[in-house]
Amino acid sequence: MIIKGGTVYDPTNGILGEEMDISIENGKVVEEAKKGDVIDAKGFLVMPGGVDAHAHIAGAKVNTGRIMRPEDGRQGLEPKTKLLRPSTGYTVPNCYAMGYRYARLGYTTSFEAATPIIESRHTHEELEEIPIIDKGALTLFGNNWEVLECARDGDIDKLAAYISWGLRASRGYGVKVVNPGGGEAWGFGGNVTGLDDPVPDFDVTPREIIRSLMKANEMLNLPHSVHLHTNNLGKPGNYATTLETLKAVEDITSSMDRQVLHITHMQFSAYGGTGWRDFESKAPEIADYFNKHDQFTMDMGQLIFGSATTMTADAPLEYANARLLHAKWSNHDIELEESSGVVPLFYGRKMPINAIQWAIGLELALLTESPWKILMTTDHPNGGPFVNYPEVMTLLMSKPKRDEEIATLHSLVPKRSILATLDREMDWGEIAIMTRAAPAKILGLKDKGHLGIGADADVTIYDLNPEKIDPSKDYKKVKAAFSLAKYNVKGGEVVVKDGEIVSLPRGRTYWVDATVPEEHAQRVEADLVDKFTKYYSIQKSNYMVQDAYVTNPMVVKAGVI
Amino acid sequence: MIIEDVLCPFCGCLCDDIKVEVEENQIVSVKRACRLGSSKIRGHERIKAPMIREDGKLVETTYEEAYEKAAQLLLDAKRPLLYGWCSTVCEAQKKGVLLAEELGAIIDSTATVCHGPSIIGIEEKGLAGSTLGQVKNRADLIVFWGSNPSEAHPRHAQRYSSNSQGKYTPKGRKNRKVIVVDVRKTRTAKNADKFIQIKPGTDYEVISALRMIIAGKGDALPEQIVGVSKADLEEAAEMMKSARFGSFHFGLGLTHTRGRYKNVDNALSLITDLNSHTKFVVMPMRGHYNVTGFGQVCAWETGFPMSVDFSRGMPYFNPGETAACDVLGRRETDAMLVVAGDPASNFPKAVVEGMADIPVIQVDPFENPTTYLSDVVIPSAVAGVEVEGTAYRMDGLSLRMKKLVDSGYPSDEEILENILECVRRRQDDN
Repeated sequence: MIIKGGTVYDPTNGILGEEMDISIENGKVVEEAKKGDVIDAKGFLVMPGGVDAHAHIAGAKVNTGRIMRPEDGRQGLEPKTKLLRPSTGYTVPNCYAMGYRYARLGYTTSFEAATPIIESRHTHEELEEIPIIDKGALTLFGNNWEVLECARDGDIDKLAAYISWGLRASRGYGVKVVNPGGGEAWGFGGNVTGLDDPVPDFDVTPREIIRSLMKANEMLNLPHSVHLHTNNLGKPGNYATTLETLKAVEDITSSMDRQVLHITHMQFSAYGGTGWRDFESKAPEIADYFNKHDQFTMDMGQLIFGSATTMTADAPLEYANARLLHAKWSNHDIELEESSGVVPLFYGRKMPINAIQWAIGLELALLTESPWKILMTTDHPNGGPFVNYPEVMTLLMSKPKRDEEIATLHSLVPKRSILATLDREMDWGEIAIMTRAAPAKILGLKDKGHLGIGADADVTIYDLNPEKIDPSKDYKKVKAAFSLAKYNVKGGEVVVKDGEIVSLPRGRTYWVDATVPEEHAQRVEADLVDKFTKYYSIQKSNYMVQDAYVTNPMVVKAGVI
Repeated sequence: MIIEDVLCPFCGCLCDDIKVEVEENQIVSVKRACRLGSSKIRGHERIKAPMIREDGKLVETTYEEAYEKAAQLLLDAKRPLLYGWCSTVCEAQKKGVLLAEELGAIIDSTATVCHGPSIIGIEEKGLAGSTLGQVKNRADLIVFWGSNPSEAHPRHAQRYSSNSQGKYTPKGRKNRKVIVVDVRKTRTAKNADKFIQIKPGTDYEVISALRMIIAGKGDALPEQIVGVSKADLEEAAEMMKSARFGSFHFGLGLTHTRGRYKNVDNALSLITDLNSHTKFVVMPMRGHYNVTGFGQVCAWETGFPMSVDFSRGMPYFNPGETAACDVLGRRETDAMLVVAGDPASNFPKAVVEGMADIPVIQVDPFENPTTYLSDVVIPSAVAGVEVEGTAYRMDGLSLRMKKLVDSGYPSDEEILENILECVRRRQDDN
């Protein structure tokens, strides 16, 4: 296949708006394709397929959201067709709708942001049902008893061996840490208040947990860094905890050419104020820190007005949300590993807190100089569903669009944030970085997010002529075009044409197989036998995700050298 | 050959520590399972061959003919219903959802006459739950409300709840208090520190009284609340508030008495209230081993956990209108496929009468009262004994069922795939 004459944005390879051909063979980008279809892309915007590095798309939390929210299922209904299964849901779509909607947006990869090891079988059952896109799942480690004990003992070798085992047991891709220590404290209804508040009964602090996991992560040469949801997330004044966390790990270095720590959905961790009354943005302070430090990355966690379903392993946060909003509340504590919660809510334009939160996400992106350091996400479906990505892209590209939105918001927004004063308007290249190149780089997906020779042939063509259109003024056209790709090519196969799904290839599931020295693996094995004998409610032999649940795997090798 | 760590395909406890001895493809012993589980794993009289009813009698036939007949009956119907699904694996349930989509049918599970009201309660309030291991390790107070695990989930107490041992409960039963609320003194009640006997159909009032006491408004209550003394409830409320970790396990005594989903809604609200005093979790005592799995599969495939009507080409969910008993009771259903369930034994009489008037296709390893109402009977392999696959425990944890012996019978999944193929071929022919 040849995609001919499009205006290509491939920032990884330094290509920013050049008219060129993309040749594809056997699912990869090649120098020159010998045969195949020709897609005339002249006058169209061409980018690598979109990569979502943080979304909640599969597993127990997502299904809990569906089950407790029939009112959400009734939105977004699309009937079955000859080719497609029916679609349901807006914030918690069914599995098929997930795949179809990502594909229509021009996305080809999405990573589930949090799966407890013991419930990963369920996560993979759902990932298997999501059509078209490639995917993976980040495994939760921040409240796991074995992790807490290794961190307490400072035994990084054993911790690395446990992570290796946990990734294999969950068929997981990376180390996710959510409110470290807080999830364990929630087992008896508590929480931790900051980096140095010890976890009850474990004699270890969040600071020690984060540092230990980061060291072990780098010892294992994992493709992705530790992926952190900070302590105190969602609370006024939490920017101080966020900056304290970053400062606490400045001495740790990355084992490869990537960040050493990714802080996720930063919007929820960049709050000032002593309470909700004086709640304000501290995005400038956070962005300033990132501008001065190159070893850290983040994603936006942009808020979208309207319905959202919050779902997180930060169970105490969800309990607080439910109490504050008198909302439905689901909680799910997971033996020896995690806790979690799900609360539906509605973000209102005239709600001062929500309006300021909306501004904070945009401020973070606009104030951080390098788009390689901040990914575009909505923390789907916590900030809002991923179908709203085109809305976020236009907000980043158009000052008039932002002004128009701010005019509809609560009047506190200009007083508690500086968003209205920011003139920056992102260009096509910067959008391509935030939605393609950077998420692939940050996840360590070498064949994704770019269109160099050997890259996966995931290519999106949008009905936009970058030469002619001014995204600052014509943001409505830009949003419409980003919402329904002209073409989406996944692994060399056309999956979307003129906004319609035309084929349903099966995506692959990435997971990391990391090797560790046998002696440490054996020490972990002894601990596991003890824990399964005494504490787990299932047998060790039934714990690990079987191959039957990952039928199209993409195994990435890593390990202690 | 000894097979270790076998999963039990009987109740929602989904015990995964069973030891089964197999000799020459025969199960010769089952260890660690309870009597209910052991009997299921050992098996009993099977349906020998596919059958089609002719002149009022079931006559043996081939699988191919049974598939064709089943497909024809379902396609000839205007409002087919696919029902059951509690005693099979998720792989078969997925095929069932796909078949329902293709037919424009209604699909519903046995939850509709079981914990369906719990699901509706969860839609109202959410569910503050946990895995069973969390209860094992932490709970110092266990409440069984309208549930009788001693008889219905025999290993629940020992493996997960009142008598189990864990990190913060090393002495098992001695580290815990047990409250039982029921309409009669059950075997479970005999193991309780506090038993409160209530009158049938008064759960809602009793829970409301407990909530008032916990909220500090007990003064407004009379001395007797629907026959229960206020002092008893005050004592129970104090036990709940002073627990370090409480867990609340409710059964059909709550979901299928007067009030139904409102009872569940009230119980879930009680747990939310208690969480402002201490840690408390709640979970339904699901009956069949994979009825939870159907809710999970149906939710991720259709967006809804049960009672899904595909007649509009997309899922429509409205229990009260689209549940199995609703459509059968209104005599809308004009053909019914029953997979791994026994509605003839469990449905209300008027609804079973509705079944008797329409073509019924049964897919099941065993003969049961539904067989007598069926026009096509397709025997299947026993999932979890002769077929591997996924099941979800009552707390939502998924596990992989093992295959212990070979079977000459096709799996539920294969049978459904074959019916689906016949349906598609006939649709294409038209």
